[in-house]
Amino acid sequence: MAKQGPGSGTKYSVWSLARNALSHHENWTQAWRSPEPRPEYDVIIVGGGGHGLATAYYLAKVHGVTNVAVVEKGWIGGGNTGRNTTIVRSNYLWDEAAHLYEKSLKLWEGLSQDLNYNVMFSQRGVMNLGHNLQDMRDIYRRSAANRLNGIDSEVLTPADLKRMVPIMNTSKDSRYPVLGASYQPRGGVARHDAVAWGFARGADSYGVDIIQNCEVTGIRRDNGRVTGVETSRGFIKSRKVGVVAAGHSSVIANMAEIRMPVESHPLQALVSEPVKPVLHTVVMSNAVHGYVSQSDKGELVIGAGIDAYTGYGQRGSSEIIEGNIAAICELFPIFSRVRMLRQWGGIVDVTPDACPILSKTDVKGLYFNCGWGTGGFKATPGSGWAFAHTIAQDRPHELNEAFALNRFVSGALIDEHGAAGVAH
Amino acid sequence: MFIIDCPWCGERDQSEFSYGGEAHIVRPVEPEALSDNEWADYLFMRKNTKGRYLEQWVHSAGCRRWFNAVRDNVTYEISATYKPGDSAPAAEHAEGTS
Amino acid sequence: MSGRRLDSGGRIDRDRPISFTFNGKSLTGYAGDTLASALLANGVSIVGRSFKYHRPRGVLAAGAEEPNAIVQLFEGDRTVPNPKATQVELVEGLVASSVNCWPSVDYDIGAINGLVSKALPAGFYYKTFMWPRTKWESYEKIIRAAAGLGKVPDQPDPDYYEKVNAHTDVLVVGSGPAGLAAALSASRAGARVLLVDESSEFGGSLLGSTELINEQPAATWIEAAVAELASNPDVQMLDRTTAFGYYDHNFLNLAQRVTDHLDTDSAGSLPRERLWRVRAAQVVIATGALERPLVFGNNDRPGVMLASAVSTYVNRYGVSPGSEIVVFTNNDSAYRVALDLNAAGVSVKALVDSRARGAGAPVDEIKAAGIDLITSSVVSSVRGARGVKAVDVHALTDDGTVSGSARRIDCDVVAMSGGWSPVVHLHAQSGGRPRYDDVSASFVPGVAVQSQICAGACNGDFLLHECLSEGAAAGVRAAAASGYDASSSVEAEARVATNTETALEPLWLVPAPKEPGRGPKQFLDYQNDTTAADIRLAVREGFRSIEHVKRYTLLGFGTDQGKLGNINGMAIAAKALGQTIEETGTTTFRPAYTPVTFGTWAGRGVGEFFDPVRKTPMHPWHEERGAEFEDVGQWKRPWFYPEDGEDMHAAVARECLATRNAIGVVDASTLGKIDVRGRDAGAFLDRIYTNMFSSLKPGHCRYGLMLHEDGMVMDDGVSARIADDHYYMTTTTGGAAHVLGWMEQWLQTEWPEMEVYLTSVTDQWATISLSGPKARALCEELSEDIDYGDDAFPFMTFRQGRVAGAPARVFRISFSGERSYEINVPANYGLAVWQHILDAGEKYGITPYGTETMHVLRAEKGFIIVGQDTDGSVTPIDLGMNWVVSKKKDFLGKRSLFRSDTVREDRKQLVGLLTEHDHEVLPEGAQLVEVPSKVTPVPMVGHVTSSYFSPSLNRSIALALVKDGRRMKGESVFAPLIDGRLMKATIVDSVFYDPKGDRQNV
Repeated sequence: MAKQGPGSGTKYSVWSLARNALSHHENWTQAWRSPEPRPEYDVIIVGGGGHGLATAYYLAKVHGVTNVAVVEKGWIGGGNTGRNTTIVRSNYLWDEAAHLYEKSLKLWEGLSQDLNYNVMFSQRGVMNLGHNLQDMRDIYRRSAANRLNGIDSEVLTPADLKRMVPIMNTSKDSRYPVLGASYQPRGGVARHDAVAWGFARGADSYGVDIIQNCEVTGIRRDNGRVTGVETSRGFIKSRKVGVVAAGHSSVIANMAEIRMPVESHPLQALVSEPVKPVLHTVVMSNAVHGYVSQSDKGELVIGAGIDAYTGYGQRGSSEIIEGNIAAICELFPIFSRVRMLRQWGGIVDVTPDACPILSKTDVKGLYFNCGWGTGGFKATPGSGWAFAHTIAQDRPHELNEAFALNRFVSGALIDEHGAAGVAH
Repeated sequence: MFIIDCPWCGERDQSEFSYGGEAHIVRPVEPEALSDNEWADYLFMRKNTKGRYLEQWVHSAGCRRWFNAVRDNVTYEISATYKPGDSAPAAEHAEGTS
Repeated sequence: MSGRRLDSGGRIDRDRPISFTFNGKSLTGYAGDTLASALLANGVSIVGRSFKYHRPRGVLAAGAEEPNAIVQLFEGDRTVPNPKATQVELVEGLVASSVNCWPSVDYDIGAINGLVSKALPAGFYYKTFMWPRTKWESYEKIIRAAAGLGKVPDQPDPDYYEKVNAHTDVLVVGSGPAGLAAALSASRAGARVLLVDESSEFGGSLLGSTELINEQPAATWIEAAVAELASNPDVQMLDRTTAFGYYDHNFLNLAQRVTDHLDTDSAGSLPRERLWRVRAAQVVIATGALERPLVFGNNDRPGVMLASAVSTYVNRYGVSPGSEIVVFTNNDSAYRVALDLNAAGVSVKALVDSRARGAGAPVDEIKAAGIDLITSSVVSSVRGARGVKAVDVHALTDDGTVSGSARRIDCDVVAMSGGWSPVVHLHAQSGGRPRYDDVSASFVPGVAVQSQICAGACNGDFLLHECLSEGAAAGVRAAAASGYDASSSVEAEARVATNTETALEPLWLVPAPKEPGRGPKQFLDYQNDTTAADIRLAVREGFRSIEHVKRYTLLGFGTDQGKLGNINGMAIAAKALGQTIEETGTTTFRPAYTPVTFGTWAGRGVGEFFDPVRKTPMHPWHEERGAEFEDVGQWKRPWFYPEDGEDMHAAVARECLATRNAIGVVDASTLGKIDVRGRDAGAFLDRIYTNMFSSLKPGHCRYGLMLHEDGMVMDDGVSARIADDHYYMTTTTGGAAHVLGWMEQWLQTEWPEMEVYLTSVTDQWATISLSGPKARALCEELSEDIDYGDDAFPFMTFRQGRVAGAPARVFRISFSGERSYEINVPANYGLAVWQHILDAGEKYGITPYGTETMHVLRAEKGFIIVGQDTDGSVTPIDLGMNWVVSKKKDFLGKRSLFRSDTVREDRKQLVGLLTEHDHEVLPEGAQLVEVPSKVTPVPMVGHVTSSYFSPSLNRSIALALVKDGRRMKGESVFAPLIDGRLMKATIVDSVFYDPKGDRQNV
């Protein structure tokens, strides 16, 4: 059997770039194939976003399950993977969430090398601002918990903030003065498209079929167990189906006649025109509903909260943007004359406790990975890693045991938004 | 930003309203008679249908009254609004008219 | 390239010279110039550098689509990063400079990238910078420093911005021939019309055109049209206003630039920009079309320009961008340009047409003008590194390739036209799906989804007579659709030559002797340096969706948003994929059409108007007394009242002891207050609260707890029964609005049969809470008609009467554990009564206290604060408050208390903590462990929710939620603090002070 794994075809490096320059870059091979679906797979992953592709990659790499198809109704990475504000951090409050996101962060730290694809993970630090006394209690609480969970976390004073981010408005006279922040130095940002493409190339290198423009229209079941998926390109047989469909999770769940505790909402984001580097860390403020970082290209990348209504339209109300930008200008008054270049929306599936579902279902062989809400991007590698385990072993890994659907019945929610977590 | 036809006040901008989630979820009369599963279904499980969706709104910066709307959550077209307790317009009827 | 001002012509005002500075050089232009036209007139050819290769770039276009001429405008706190010189109006003293170059635009170090560009194809960064593993951030620093365009100001914005809401029958976007015609016919039908144009003048493409209307110059027709519209009171016209976003339900956002083109005196106190939020019954989209570049070698050299831009500079601004011009086209429109140039006395060296037959009728005119017409040929590449020096012209073979040797034509400007792209942005933003039209080889609007009509060039109909007639018809239709009788509307008289056109022949990638990637670079996206070879590379590497190709190559990611290059890139991708352009499709058109200032979005919603401030009636007193304030929701609450030199600790100690020993007073007006009336008020509250309220006797008060349906604590407060059908409910300060909304929802949607009326009365009552052993004595002084005797006025009852002369409800309830009277008076009496009480209480040592002391006092008593001691995962059982949970009735959230996880006995429970050392105060939020360890993860058993130094007990106290806490009483836990300290504490009961409640009767 031929060597498998990322880079087993053309290994990416400065040397391969130089070599290919000599042949005018005409000899680069496909990063991934676009094969026709085969009649049957051991595992079908529904949804070719970052999480789905990561699941396929780790199924192959960690569990040796390579007869896998990722079916995607559009183009890979075209949903929330390619629409988010790319923040990566693991400073969640509750143990269960903290461990899962920290697993993910650890994977991020070696991801470019593992995938032989530069995902540009930039550990420039993430700050969550506090604007009132209760914010500061929550920040201390979360930070203390993070440290005991082995996650780097600091509590910053306004003086620290002024020193680290001099352009921030730390005046006591502002409407909601900044009283401090939690800070995770290992947090940062990554290049969103590269994550999807890197995982796709990696999965493909193990023989995983990535099938785009293939919409799932039904989940075929027999006697309480899954037997395959109906798609716009015909029926594909499989005894294991993992659904990673984000905003469309309910749509797929309906096909299998199961109910999900999720609602799909528009989540909007925007970028400014590129400007010279002025912000070197990620700043998030839950109280004033905004978060901002600056991309390597120089754009200010800004996110808001969700629109309150459900929506599958990948767009929201412009009023949200008005409030969002006002919050950013309040925090960074010098951004007032910068101009918004582009705004867009994604569809996020929100659970009652702002924590994901990584779970088996009542249908045998049918697994769901959803409910990441506004914060799924950072979890991409960890989510895929844990979900691959769940599918391969037909039981959750201890990291995702607590994220089962059953918690909504038992009441054992992991209440990240009720408990100080900034859910983005 | 939508225009929403409040059944009591008429058409107003969305900024006067607040969203109230899926409509026609009825609180069980005897919660204690339900299993944990059944209670969870009422509490957390949502249709979250794509397309025609029956949902609640409240005219929070107006008459403060609740009502239901038939909204296509893909096109965001609102084909009807109706008062709580009224039944939803039939699907065929609701679409294509107005 | 040597641009110069022509001796005559143009719409500039030659009597009003304007001096300005570019890259430190003083230059002169005229009123009516843009920065771009003035730069060209001054012979400035290199205005910027490209993003990746730092190649020198000049002005390419004349409008919003400009990718190259990006500048830093103005200086100091008014500096603006990244405006396009083509859109900047010249104003006296204007200062501008190039961006993205160092040390100067003429000699840019970054151009070294160009030398190694061979090794930097699309997406190269995904393939490298991975070694060593820890070094990406170092590479990143260099990449970041090189990227970005302009600079953000280093001071806050001195200007302000406003928002305007507008409703109109017909919004007409664009004031070219179609837009003006539409506005005329719609307004003649009686419709209210809002006409907007992004430019400083109305007229659109007509302003740079030499075509005649009614046998007169187009300007004459524009003047008449504008005059008519201006005289109609139902028409509003906004220039310098861009409709940049088309949202749902015919809601559009417009950005109006108000002062940037004015000198300081004229700007006065005007806002810099306005955001118009427009709801239109009908929208006429008359946004015109943008000319496409042609993709040939070195098509980015300064001097390569859009043909229409060249004619705009000549006709509108009286500037010739060069002295020897070659026109290169695949369609008829550039023939007009060549003729205009010729007429203006600019030398046109050749007109190169890729088509075999050239244009129809204009061919003769070209020949008559003595212009060298070269058909079946292409400009394959440009010579000259810092500007056009010559072009290589190749003849096309029958199979569409080039062969043989090139003919070299010396020139300094190439005016290119690859056809036209309708501006379908607004149509697409509104939900429409543009469709590909083979005839015009362009994407044109598809089926309208919202109430909108596209007219003229944005519809793919580029000829003037088509624009005028379509525009007029659209205006009539829009007026009719918004309810006006348009049958009698008279269309504007506009006779123009009815041209016919020879079909354009698409030329997406100009054939060259060498394959893309082997010869000179053929640019698609100028700003991002995306080339034809990059597109092919992306396809070769398996990026099959146009969205992937775009993201991989950065096609269309510049500040021009791909207005020029996207279509060429899509076509090249389509060919490489073996698909049609239709199959390949477009990328999504998203707002904003052109960039919108953050300040405009924010409007006045910054600073003090960011969020309303709520103040109690006594606020001025607190301010005068020097209180420090705490934000609680929107409220400003006194936090503590420092006296000379006191820190918070000292102030709170003084306030606490005064209250325990004499009398303290706190402004509790921010508490939420809701009037609950009606026949079923009691039964309703039974469902809302965990405990019974229907059994409460009038005149009595009761503490109540509310849960969410998931069983978790939502809010609490004391409510009183005023009468059988009347309760007075209080809620937490932060929860008031939510509780009211919550109760309204249940009443209206679930229990409409109940007769209950809810009214928020938070702002109607001022609440003054007196606590301490002297409280009764003081109260007795304040009221003549209330008996404060313990028998007449026992704990948990209330009385109505007068306090300090004001009508009052006095509640004998306590959040401090001391004897307390909570005096509620109508808000307008609040300040006077407060003042009176403070004066009368002086002899008793009355001491005002703030929220911090209030928190200490209640914590000493073990009273919770919802939101501080609870967090959305806490049930009343967890709090040890079983006594408030009725077993006799159902209430919201009850069922959830009996799920497998909520009945667990080892849940986190509210307990007290006493630190080992009396004076050690645990930080609030500190996590607790049973066994401290350096090895993570360390299992945590709970966290500190409230923690204070108790002056009354002269030691620290804390409340905490601890796993199985009630059973752990007497045991020790440890708090490893963030600063490295470790504190040891013992778990105790949560009531620290006066557990029997005797103080109530002191």
